[in-house]
Amino acid sequence: MLHFYIPDLKLILPEIIITVTALLILMVGSFKKNTYPSFLRRLSHYAIIGFILALGVLVFQHHPGEKWVTFEGQIIQDDYIYFAKILVLSASAGVLAISVPSMLKDQILSFEYPALILLATVGMLLMIGANDFLSLFVGLEMQSLSLYILAALNRDQVASSEAALKYFILGALATTFYLYGVSLGYGFSGTTSFESLVALIRVESVEVLPISLFIALVFIVASFSFKVSAVPFHMWTPDVYQGCPLAITAYIAAAPKVAAMIIFLRLMVIPFMLLYGEWQSIIVFVSLASMILGAFAALRQTDLKRLLAYSTIGQMGYVLMGVAAGNDEGVQSVFVYLTIYLVMIIGTFGCLLCLRGKAFSGVQKIEDLSGISILHPKIAFILAIFMFSLAGIPPLAGFFAKFYVFKAAISAGLFSLAIVGVLTSVVATYYYIKIVKVMYFDDIPMTPSISYGEAIILSPEKIVILNLCAIFILFFFAFPNPVLELAQQAALALPN
Amino acid sequence: MINMTAFLFYVFSIVLLSAAVFVVSSRNTVHGVLFLILAFFNAAGLFILAHAEFLAMMLIIVYVGAVAVLFLFVVMMLNIQIGEIQFVIRRYSLIGSFVGVILAIELVLMLVNWHTSPGAFDLTVAPIDLQKGIPNTQALGNLLYTHYALIFQAAGLILLIAMVGAIVLTLRHREGVRRQIVGDQFAREVKDCVQLVDIPRTSKG
Repeated sequence: MLHFYIPDLKLILPEIIITVTALLILMVGSFKKNTYPSFLRRLSHYAIIGFILALGVLVFQHHPGEKWVTFEGQIIQDDYIYFAKILVLSASAGVLAISVPSMLKDQILSFEYPALILLATVGMLLMIGANDFLSLFVGLEMQSLSLYILAALNRDQVASSEAALKYFILGALATTFYLYGVSLGYGFSGTTSFESLVALIRVESVEVLPISLFIALVFIVASFSFKVSAVPFHMWTPDVYQGCPLAITAYIAAAPKVAAMIIFLRLMVIPFMLLYGEWQSIIVFVSLASMILGAFAALRQTDLKRLLAYSTIGQMGYVLMGVAAGNDEGVQSVFVYLTIYLVMIIGTFGCLLCLRGKAFSGVQKIEDLSGISILHPKIAFILAIFMFSLAGIPPLAGFFAKFYVFKAAISAGLFSLAIVGVLTSVVATYYYIKIVKVMYFDDIPMTPSISYGEAIILSPEKIVILNLCAIFILFFFAFPNPVLELAQQAALALPN
Repeated sequence: MINMTAFLFYVFSIVLLSAAVFVVSSRNTVHGVLFLILAFFNAAGLFILAHAEFLAMMLIIVYVGAVAVLFLFVVMMLNIQIGEIQFVIRRYSLIGSFVGVILAIELVLMLVNWHTSPGAFDLTVAPIDLQKGIPNTQALGNLLYTHYALIFQAAGLILLIAMVGAIVLTLRHREGVRRQIVGDQFAREVKDCVQLVDIPRTSKG
């Protein structure tokens, strides 16, 4: 008989809380058969309470510097994963809080929306906490499947269905890349555990390793480049961003990107650390290409969501610069960047989500924003802050995100990467500032005759989130220490 | 007497491979699906030869019982034009075979260069020879409910998500659909639905 110890379920309590909340919402939703907006809003509040509860349990259970594994080594937690889980949980809760009123306005009245976001978050938590290629795969699949459904949620719109189908097919392709890579790795090592794989690679010298292991590495890098929408695998991003309802675009841009990037870095630094020379050159290329394409392709965009998609591609290029550095400083800079990125993305989409209403079908083009500085000065001001921050203007937080990444790249000797990064961020500044210009200096269009005065949706939770994001971005330069310390602890938790 | 296992192996393999070729080359798509079912059965036979009875059963139940039947329905409903497909095949045959040849060369190169790490066999979670005397299905069950308990549960959650997705994306509450409500049918009485009307005699007779 196999020896079996009952795993310590206490350790995966946050995941359990979120799963149970999702199941409860599904039960309540399907038994009540009620589609009133107030009911859906209440379910979303349950989901947010679930997130806060899970976050609380996570924070109270964790002691700095502690590391544990459970489920026979398939799930792990240390300072690195702790910080990542905080990011993912707060991002999901934040997006849920800003998105509910506009989902209701869009007539997407399905109670599955909060439940699917919860389930996607469970997938992300499993994925981040994975210490084994199998548990990573299960988490990855759970989050992607929920996201495909979310993308198709507005099923009566052709654009949404088209986006969902593209996302699904290309996402399935990326998953097969991952599986093929993992199966090649298994063929070499007979194990799917990260630690055993690194032990085996250490035993043999790099020259005698079979070529298939390198192919496995390339496949895994390719699939995660797809998930973070880095350049050779970015094609789906603009289409999916444009086609999905704005609230769901906000979710796709926020939490899954962060989760995928964090596990990407972890995969490179733990199982494949000894193949550093091999993967570094790939990631340097991917990072360069993402930064350049993100800066130049966005210049010609007139659609706001497509522009944000290219902006995301560019931002991911900067994060990958930190991954390519691969040292402590690189890991720290990746975390700082991702934290600030999340706040900026939630804030930007939160502002855009405000600008919807009865007479106004929502912001599509950049010109749609003209004149909002007069009609909604507060929203325009907050959106301008986020745009300046995305562009990287000091002293806003976006500047520090880029600063730490460039510093890490220089300390790892990747000068060309840092130089291209600085240059492309100058190019990218153009289109971020163009949005500010349209908001503040363009005339209000006579046609179409929209009364912008009605076109605003605010709710208490949205106001709270927007203010928090704006305060974080404005005052990060004064109080950067909490984030920097957490990021530093996260970096120290990785073996070197 | 020749080795029975080897003989069966070759029979299953030959039928499997030729069925697979017919799946992609047969003109009639329904025949294609039927060949696919033949291929599944032969693959199940190969699994039994490899002492993996559980996988063989699963292949029959899941793939033949559910997936192939689904394919059959889809193929029958879609009514695909054969001429169109042949045009597409002709159009892409050159580039397709080019990519195929490159892939084949790469795979062969990889296999030639293949070696498994010497430490690999100690790391497998459930090597077969450690489990002598236990049937394959039981061994899998032991592993699935202990070592892989979390992954098993998570896979269940994935299936739940898939089910939610299928319902969200396809269920529509249409107006005017007549459903059978058995309770209402039984509760119906003669006086609710039959009305006697006196028709005044207007004709001259």
